[in-house]
Amino acid sequence: MEALIALVIGVLTAGGVFLALRGQTFPVVLGLTLMSYAVNLFLFVMGRLAIGVPPVISEAAAGYTDPLPQALVLTAIVISFGMTAFVIVLALKARAELGNDHVDGLEHEEDRRA
Amino acid sequence: MSLLDHLPILPVVLPLVVGTLLLALRNAPLALQRGVSVAATLALLPLALALVQATGDGSHLVYKLGNWEAPYGIVLVADRLAAWMLLTTALLALFALLYALNAPSDGTSSQSTKPASGQVAGYPQPSPQMGEGANAGPTPTYDRDGRHFHVLFQLQLFGLNGAFLTGDLFNLFVFFEILLLASYGLLLHGGGRQRVKAGLHYVVINLVGSTLFLFAVGTLYGVTGTLNMADLAVKLAATPPENAALVQSAALLLFGVFALKAALLPLTLWLPAAYAHTSAPVAALFAIMTKVGAYSILRVYSLIADERSGPLVGLLDAWLMPAALATLAFGMLGTLASVTLRQQVAYLVVASIGSLLVAFGLGSADALAAGLYYLPHTTFATAALFLLADSIARGRGDLGDRFESGPAMPRARLVGGLFFAAAIAAAGLPPLSGFLGKVMLLQAALESPHLAWVWGVVLATGLAGVIALARSGSLLFYRTHGAHNTVLEAPTNAALAPVVALLALIVGLVVAAGPLSAHAAAIAAQITAPQGYIDAVLGGAR
Repeated sequence: MEALIALVIGVLTAGGVFLALRGQTFPVVLGLTLMSYAVNLFLFVMGRLAIGVPPVISEAAAGYTDPLPQALVLTAIVISFGMTAFVIVLALKARAELGNDHVDGLEHEEDRRA
Repeated sequence: MSLLDHLPILPVVLPLVVGTLLLALRNAPLALQRGVSVAATLALLPLALALVQATGDGSHLVYKLGNWEAPYGIVLVADRLAAWMLLTTALLALFALLYALNAPSDGTSSQSTKPASGQVAGYPQPSPQMGEGANAGPTPTYDRDGRHFHVLFQLQLFGLNGAFLTGDLFNLFVFFEILLLASYGLLLHGGGRQRVKAGLHYVVINLVGSTLFLFAVGTLYGVTGTLNMADLAVKLAATPPENAALVQSAALLLFGVFALKAALLPLTLWLPAAYAHTSAPVAALFAIMTKVGAYSILRVYSLIADERSGPLVGLLDAWLMPAALATLAFGMLGTLASVTLRQQVAYLVVASIGSLLVAFGLGSADALAAGLYYLPHTTFATAALFLLADSIARGRGDLGDRFESGPAMPRARLVGGLFFAAAIAAAGLPPLSGFLGKVMLLQAALESPHLAWVWGVVLATGLAGVIALARSGSLLFYRTHGAHNTVLEAPTNAALAPVVALLALIVGLVVAAGPLSAHAAAIAAQITAPQGYIDAVLGGAR
């Protein structure tokens, strides 16, 4: 289970970094989104993986799962959601202002050929 | 509980409440919105002064939200350092806001018929897409170039004040996000091609930074099970050796994030474009933004990497000093190579963060005191230059703030005199406070192993700064020729008053240099003895 989660986080991060380094705004936004998914998962498992146990300590329970990372990840999700919405609007605005969707705002050779 | 017990949270709550109120008042008369915004910003001053007073005796004001005990609940901590930063922010914000209200802008949204003066090369008139005549007042000002300027401004202050006061690493992240989100709005306020392009880079790189921040915070939580900075300091000092590498990598990742916010080389390249293309009052306010990164480095690493045995002791020694010196050199090279005045001032911001982090990198109490005395000085000096650059650009018609000689601008003596004073301050020449800050820094470096490097780089970059600013001053004000072919716009008194006020603050830093440097030394003494902070936050729990 741990190995699977670690692999998922790693693949998401790698994909996110690759996309964020692309030259057009749409892949960059997607990359940022993937990275935020990765970090949300990462935060979540920082409370350790516990299956089938309650989040708050009770007398009867044998163990408990740490509730704090869940609160942290909730905050992080809200923030990253807002940021994603903002950066999408900004990317659209940049497309309108600059006339193309390159992050450097310049026309490139392959656009003219296409 | 008296109101005084709630003092540490008031500078956080006030801008939040007022920002929300201003959102509700968005259709109210502009005068009312402005009045509320100025009153709230003005009210931050007595609050900051009261906090400076209350923490002056070396006490830590710990505010437990919801009265939860420290390692479990969220705390705000006001100490001398936090109060000092709050006071600097409040003063800066007040004058930046007054400039935004009173100085004439290009009126991007009200589509004035003036030529695009005050805009840099290749900066065309924005397309007439934003509701024409929607708020076409008699003279366009910066706060009406777009919507919600005052809301964003107050939320920016909310984020800044919160970041200075929080005692919790995750809350530091949250306040960073708040101040960044507000700064995205302010940076893009008014719109325009170059601004959107620079803003896109700024937003994307900061989003990546936020992701890295969360990875670092998550790792620290996973190892220690706490995010309270005082508790973190205790837990990290007792990290078992098998976790040392994990903790070190998290702490270095965190340093990378703070270095990005502080614009430390090599993470500095977003800054010049973003600061040079935004509007003047916003650029002036952003003079404090890079200092938030420097503050975070000082605050977090003074706590988690202090003298006690732990895996993090001396972690930054190999990184902070070389990066700070390189940033200083890079910033000054940038000022020499700049082609517009605003770009030059943006590089001065980079250089100033370099000097500041040289002081923090030396790490001794004397060096920290020098840095903390230098911090408000450089913030006010660069802010004054940003505001002045705007007036200069507007007074030169189509030439804008490009370094090209042209006809003499109206009121050249007054504006030139102000530029001269601000340039002396920014270059660190006597008699203004930049000189005192640098002398204190050089003195503090005497006993450091980095003596040769610090003296060499600080003195050489000082000379480069003088040359760069002297060259721009002579180009803008002395080497004038030709007649006016257009009617040039004289800078108004209202636009120059905030510049004069910021310069007066710098003079105040010189006049009161004795008590202020003593206070800076007291802050440094408190920072270098973090046990007081830890005891105050964790109370009798340990």
